[in-house]
Amino acid sequence: MPVVSIREALNQAMDEEMARDERVFLMGEEVAQYNGAYKVSQGLLTKYGPKRIIDTPIAEAGFSGIGIGAAMVGLRPIVEFMTWNFSLVAFDQIVNNAAQMLSMSGGNFNVPIVFRGPGGAAHSLAATHSQALESIYAHFPGLKVVMPSNSRDAKGLLKTAIRDNNPVVFIESEMMYGEKGEIPEGEYTIPFGVGEVIKEGTDVTIVSWSRILQHIAVKAVGRLAEEGISVELIDPRTIKPMDWELIFNSVKKTNRLVIVEEGWPFAGVGAQISHEVSNHCFDYLDAPVERVTQEDVPLPYAHNLEIASLPNIQKVIRAVRKVMYLD
Amino acid sequence: MNNILPLTKPVTKNLLGIAPEILLKWYDEMLLIRRFEEKCAQLYGMGKIGGFCHLYNGQEAIAAGSIGAITPDDYVITAYRDHGLAISKGVDPRRILAELLGKHTGTTKGKGGSMHLFDREKNFLGGHAIVGGHIPIGTGAAFACKYRGEKRVCLCFMGDGATNIGEFHESLNLAALWKLPVIYIIENNKYGMGTSVDRASSIEALHKKAAAYNMRSAVIMDGNDVLKIYQTVKAAVDHARSSYEPSLLEVQTFRYRGHSMSDPIHGHYRTKEEVETQKKLDPLTVFAEALKDAHLAADEYFESAEARIKSIIEECVQFTESSPEPPLEELYTDVYAE
Ligand SMILES: Cc1ncc(C[n+]2csc(CCOP(=O)(O)OP(=O)(O)O)c2C)c(N)n1
Ligand SMILES: [Mg+2]
Repeated sequence: MPVVSIREALNQAMDEEMARDERVFLMGEEVAQYNGAYKVSQGLLTKYGPKRIIDTPIAEAGFSGIGIGAAMVGLRPIVEFMTWNFSLVAFDQIVNNAAQMLSMSGGNFNVPIVFRGPGGAAHSLAATHSQALESIYAHFPGLKVVMPSNSRDAKGLLKTAIRDNNPVVFIESEMMYGEKGEIPEGEYTIPFGVGEVIKEGTDVTIVSWSRILQHIAVKAVGRLAEEGISVELIDPRTIKPMDWELIFNSVKKTNRLVIVEEGWPFAGVGAQISHEVSNHCFDYLDAPVERVTQEDVPLPYAHNLEIASLPNIQKVIRAVRKVMYLD
Repeated sequence: MNNILPLTKPVTKNLLGIAPEILLKWYDEMLLIRRFEEKCAQLYGMGKIGGFCHLYNGQEAIAAGSIGAITPDDYVITAYRDHGLAISKGVDPRRILAELLGKHTGTTKGKGGSMHLFDREKNFLGGHAIVGGHIPIGTGAAFACKYRGEKRVCLCFMGDGATNIGEFHESLNLAALWKLPVIYIIENNKYGMGTSVDRASSIEALHKKAAAYNMRSAVIMDGNDVLKIYQTVKAAVDHARSSYEPSLLEVQTFRYRGHSMSDPIHGHYRTKEEVETQKKLDPLTVFAEALKDAHLAADEYFESAEARIKSIIEECVQFTESSPEPPLEELYTDVYAE
């Protein structure tokens, strides 16, 4: 199987879908001549030309809305945000127009559009440039929210997103673009709403996604294994739709759940998971559900404060030990 | 791309009758900014400064000339390329450097970093990293000035790229409609990251965007001419103080470095020659020559200025290196006001 970086995997997905469907085009800041701020669209301008690979001014509300309008009348835009932080400038378009159009128009207009780009913290980018926004987008009916954690999923899920007839919020990780992984040979897609058990285990279930899954949860699970604690690690891959059955079945087996996410605690994705699990698995739970999140403060610049605020391996280990009543 | 500044324009020759000590102060300030940014580049290279760091090299005359035209009571706000404007507004350079290294003695205790410098005492309203997001805020400060019946103004700086975002247009309309004492200053350095002005804006003469809002405007074709900048900003400030009316000023300038420290100096979007040609028009050099021609300063002055600035930079480094990191308790402070 070919081994490619997440950056290349995303690039292949866009390339293949653009080759397959004339209606697909890419639009965003620096996506064409600069090959993308993070080089995700490398080479696409050369291949597809400026009609389909479009550099925009810094005008997120405008070009997101243009994407939505074009999607309503038959095109299939991919809108790149240089980072998801800048999507907040286009929040009205994504929420009031993309998410609600189909329902509000009584089924007249669907909006087949993908909004994509990196989300979450990188290194020392401070409050405005470090936000994990999946929970707010997952809040809105009408949006699908996708967060791949490896090359295979990045490619397969992005292809599905482009073919989906709904607006899809596709959140990547700047810090993971260079990370390599195997992808299947040739054409494939990965359906939404199907999570993956990354590692089977018996004592505790951990649900985590994107960078925090790979950089924090996986490592914590390794350390816990050394202590003789067997963790079942689940990557839901899509936040909305969420693969509830996979999570419920795991919790019914392990009887304990820890959710590890990058975002803030209040009304975070983990809060919803915790609720669903307490509703569906109440009789199976041996401990209250624990969550590891970012501290409930804007993320500071200083390195020591930044790492203190974000989830880390120690915090995950502590949460797991807590649900096992080991401390 | 023909974006080269006019080679022929000298610094305003008669020095406008401005007191020599003020002119020399501006020169020193520009030199301090230049050397400060060079130190930042070095410290970034050493991995001591993290995150995004956008340098001001080449644009120094705008900071000195514009802020030279206001008083300490007036407000200044800008985007993330903020070190130079903060220095000119009187923010302690030691605290700026400490901020860049994430130290507790920094302008925001290490919380904001390079892109988010703030200083309430100096009426420096920040450093803002979301393009265009600060333009309504600067307009709001001007609103408050008028509301309180004061004669203060706000200088609201922005890049060329920021003139394409909605907040710019909403702000200009409101400022003109409500007659607010704000002076918008576009630092047109020809590019927003790798995108040249002509690829991002339907009109290249950015100051003309004021026409849509019935706002007075002016363009300074030579952003290396600190006196011309001073003169133009001063006229706009005087007008704002007397009539509460806003202005849109465009200054043609050039950044010597890459967009931020993590970007290449020219990349594919501009040529090495373009950068080198622009550097020949260096604002410090042309100002120094004008000062010499007017017999306001001789070679010895410039040598001593270098020495003085060098020791300030050394002090900044020493202050920063000996400052502590923010304590972990700081993580939970400043989230809500008392
Ligand atoms: C809303 C928003 N979109 C995108 C970005 C990413 N970004 C940061 S600076 C920049 C270019 C801005 O160019 P310009 O306004 O000309 O200022 P300059 O950097 O040249 O000083 C971009 C696209 C951002 N910070 N905010
Ligand atoms: Mg610019």
